[in-house]
Amino acid sequence: MITKRIIPCLDVRNGRVVKGVNFEGLNDVSSPVELADYYSRCGADELVFYDITASSDGRKLFTDILCETAKKVFIPLTVGGGINTVEDFDRVLKCGADKVSVNSGAIRNPSLVGEAAKLYGDQCVVISADVKRVDGVFRVFAKGGRENTGMEAIEWIKRCVGNGAGEVVLNSIDTDGVKQGFDLEMLDKVCNAVSVPVIASGGAGGIEDFITLFKTLPRVDAGLAASIFHFGEVSIKDLKERLRAEGIIVRL
Amino acid sequence: MTAIIDYGVGNLFSLTCSFDAIGEKAVVTSDAEVIKQADRIILPGVGAFGDAAEKLRATGLDKVIVEQAKAGKPLLGICLGMQLLFDKSYEYGEYDGLGLIEGEIRPIAEVIPASYKIPHIGWNALIYKNDDGGLFKYIKEGDCVYFVHSFYAAGCDKDTAAVAEYGAPLTAAAVKGNVYGTQFHPEKSGDVGLNILRAFCERQAEVC
Repeated sequence: MITKRIIPCLDVRNGRVVKGVNFEGLNDVSSPVELADYYSRCGADELVFYDITASSDGRKLFTDILCETAKKVFIPLTVGGGINTVEDFDRVLKCGADKVSVNSGAIRNPSLVGEAAKLYGDQCVVISADVKRVDGVFRVFAKGGRENTGMEAIEWIKRCVGNGAGEVVLNSIDTDGVKQGFDLEMLDKVCNAVSVPVIASGGAGGIEDFITLFKTLPRVDAGLAASIFHFGEVSIKDLKERLRAEGIIVRL
Repeated sequence: MTAIIDYGVGNLFSLTCSFDAIGEKAVVTSDAEVIKQADRIILPGVGAFGDAAEKLRATGLDKVIVEQAKAGKPLLGICLGMQLLFDKSYEYGEYDGLGLIEGEIRPIAEVIPASYKIPHIGWNALIYKNDDGGLFKYIKEGDCVYFVHSFYAAGCDKDTAAVAEYGAPLTAAAVKGNVYGTQFHPEKSGDVGLNILRAFCERQAEVC
């Protein structure tokens, strides 16, 4: 049977891994290549690299790091951040990325998902959505969670999947950094709206949160987290052993 | 030396890196002479079957691959490269493959329950079937490998080395003599995948 995936996310700026709480107050954590290799050895099923660099120098550094990682780490790599054109897809795919995640780029250019899916296949295109409740409605936010686009989130995600996105990363801004568990209500709505894999992001505070996630919502395919892994609060090996003991199918 | 065939389908960076990681010399090439001199051949591929088959024919590499495989040289097709080894595919039409292994490529939607997501994407366990031709000598049954596919090889039971369970048993690896195919990506399957590539690199040509 297909296994539930555990995915550490590495936010990379100026060649280093950083992690913010509610997208603010970033702390330097470690070297992305070393951390990626370490996670792969610990049993991570996939890695997400987020490029949060603004400058073109930083962007070059990011692709260099991606290449270095792909030479050492032989599990699927997803890259996001700064993906605005199909040329950006090309740039990171050539450096060893398997999947490319689009967020603000798809909001600015609604045809990006479709164009990329046609060129590289649906399996290559991941729609990443930062979603927050505003007056009881799920709204899509852009620019790293700072700008309310006013778009209703479920419709937006459905539209992206219809255009060819092969996977959804749902990041709840409401639960991100709070460490009180994943946003089950929001995830349930998305899982019921699309038939492609859904990756839960935002809110993992400990092993119990992953158990609750997969037991409550069996249609969720993967759990993504950053700080709890980076700061060693949860070891991926312990997490997967506990999941297996709870009857959840994982790769050990 | 291993020739990784470059016919303009997909990205070969990770595959090349995986050969570096196991200490095997690999050359990415579309040159028939280099392929003829190689000890073994890798046929990679992602995308649609029809396009890929057309590109192989347009470059004449289809004939080179078939000739070399029939002469006994070890050949490994990966993902779409594996599907191309079969007789034909029904992916968005009907297309001829290389005909090196009997069987045809059909949508997984025909055999899996409607509640299962398509593509079959993620890590799944290998369930051994028939002779693996040495491909699995460094791994064990139940080890997980990484899949991304919406079509599968059907009607090849006698040459099926392993399947993965996804609401139905889907062909994960096929072996016929010196011709090998993996539906999964060994270059994205961690140490298990590298060990499969290592085992393949130990295969010697039967006749050359």
